[in-house]
Amino acid sequence: MSPQATTLMSVQGLSAHFGEVPVLLHLDLACRAGQWLAVVGPNGAGKSTLLRCMAGLMAPSQGQVLLGASPVLQWPAQTRARQLSWLSQQVQDDTPMTVYDTVALGRLPHQGWLGLGACTAADTEAIERALADTDMSASAGRPLNALSGGERQRVWLARALAVQAPVLLLDEPNAHLDAPHQRLLATVLRREAAQGRAVISVLHDLSLALAADRLAVMSQGRLVAVGLRDDPLVHRAIEHVFEQALAVVQVQDRWIAVPQL
Amino acid sequence: MSARGHGSVVVYCTVLLLLTAVLWGLGLGVGSSGWHNPFAAWQDSIDRQILLDIRAPRTIGAWLVGALLGLSGAVAQGLFRNPLAEPYLLGSSSGATLALAVVLSLSGQSVWATSIAWHVGLTGVAFLGALGGVALTLFMARGASHTMRLLLSGVVVGVVLGAFTSLMTVWSAELWRTMQSFMLGNTGLLSWTSCGVLLGTWALTLPMALMLARVLDALTLGEETARTLGIPLGWARAALVLVLALSAGAAVAQSGLIAFVGLAAPHLVRRHTQTRHVGLLLAASLMGGVLLLGADVLARWVIAPQELPVGVVTAVLGGTYLLWLMHRRAA
Repeated sequence: MSPQATTLMSVQGLSAHFGEVPVLLHLDLACRAGQWLAVVGPNGAGKSTLLRCMAGLMAPSQGQVLLGASPVLQWPAQTRARQLSWLSQQVQDDTPMTVYDTVALGRLPHQGWLGLGACTAADTEAIERALADTDMSASAGRPLNALSGGERQRVWLARALAVQAPVLLLDEPNAHLDAPHQRLLATVLRREAAQGRAVISVLHDLSLALAADRLAVMSQGRLVAVGLRDDPLVHRAIEHVFEQALAVVQVQDRWIAVPQL
Repeated sequence: MSARGHGSVVVYCTVLLLLTAVLWGLGLGVGSSGWHNPFAAWQDSIDRQILLDIRAPRTIGAWLVGALLGLSGAVAQGLFRNPLAEPYLLGSSSGATLALAVVLSLSGQSVWATSIAWHVGLTGVAFLGALGGVALTLFMARGASHTMRLLLSGVVVGVVLGAFTSLMTVWSAELWRTMQSFMLGNTGLLSWTSCGVLLGTWALTLPMALMLARVLDALTLGEETARTLGIPLGWARAALVLVLALSAGAAVAQSGLIAFVGLAAPHLVRRHTQTRHVGLLLAASLMGGVLLLGADVLARWVIAPQELPVGVVTAVLGGTYLLWLMHRRAA
């Protein structure tokens, strides 16, 4: 990946408040095409709020979020929906629809006004690919409310992938996933990035985050460090914001976070 | 897969239509002295008149009232992402009743008058009242995101608006008599004019709801995810509230308060099929028609020549279903 890769999304001087309480303070961050960026930090650092601001769900109190060259909130809703896909941390659980129909909702931005347009061959292909990527093809006909937590998480992820947007914003995409499916997730996110997308994921699992191309370390609403996964400054920042409760160490050719119990 | 789900909904709707045909046959045959063969009644001019002017509009009208209630229940549950939402529990029915009581007491006319303009006018009044009731419930609950707060607000709004309606009936004995049968739910005086108004409303609200079905599908993922899918939530939600209020308002204006049909119809459909909202809305509407017409036939037949108010039958059956549902969810 070249350092000149196109910046698909950026935040500039971003601050956000919940009422009077500041949750994000003067953030600057660029997300480039072809790159998987992991946002890490302790609870309450403002990671999910950053993602919500990037998705256009929350207006900044200062600064701006740019999608391409325009502020994210100025994009027409349906055009923006084709440009960025957002996976929420908490999704409704008691959905009576089938897995296939739920994943198909990811194609709504491509199906015209109110989703009234026909389901095209491209839509079907995107849905089936997203199901295959998340290992859910065999469960396509099952009702969602009969699935386990990990299986549902894979359905939500497939729904987000089915949009095929240039920017993927994923809040805790690995929640409830077992080890084989965490590995599958890393493979899929790397491949999505390799296809020219900007993947931005909030991750609590630091060893998974250390598999991303770049990391942004947050604490108390501020960006403490941004850098490549093998950058020692990033590793020291992670250890610092987690109060030395873990150490970043190298095992063979990759970095992992080891709890200091 | 998706296609299999749609296939099962088509079969399900076909079964509901067959049940509708059977119930229409029963509805035409059940009279004050029990069961009569409607084909035999055709031979006698008086019996034929009873069949054409009383039983036929009542049977078709009861089915249409149920269809509107089933539709508004499915819309309410999808819109508020709350499986216990229904027009009766969200203040729309009590709002419509109060609005009707105000208009009836001011005009001095009977709710059962037959002029088409009067029926359309009453539907409009009930619609505005229903809209006001839902708006008040949402205002009190500060939105629809908290299930318990929404239901409690709906109950409080229902009680308060009901109390205002009762207060008005205290002033006028005539209004008291009218509202008494109205509040118990009454399909006995449905005329061809009522059927025309109900059919017109259903022909308007069902296509509107079906057009908004994908919005309801997207809302199952949560409001914020629906927004990131490019859904114009603001006005789509307003259009859905219009569908809800118009359906509930028309049903209340023509046959009074009939509880639980709007709650039970979508639940029964969901128990039997996994479907997107396009199938759910259609099937819940057909199911509502089957439930209310079934209850109406029961109300006419069970203690013939007397008859039970149909609202009491739906309240007993639907209320029991709701209690069982709450017990099962709590378990």
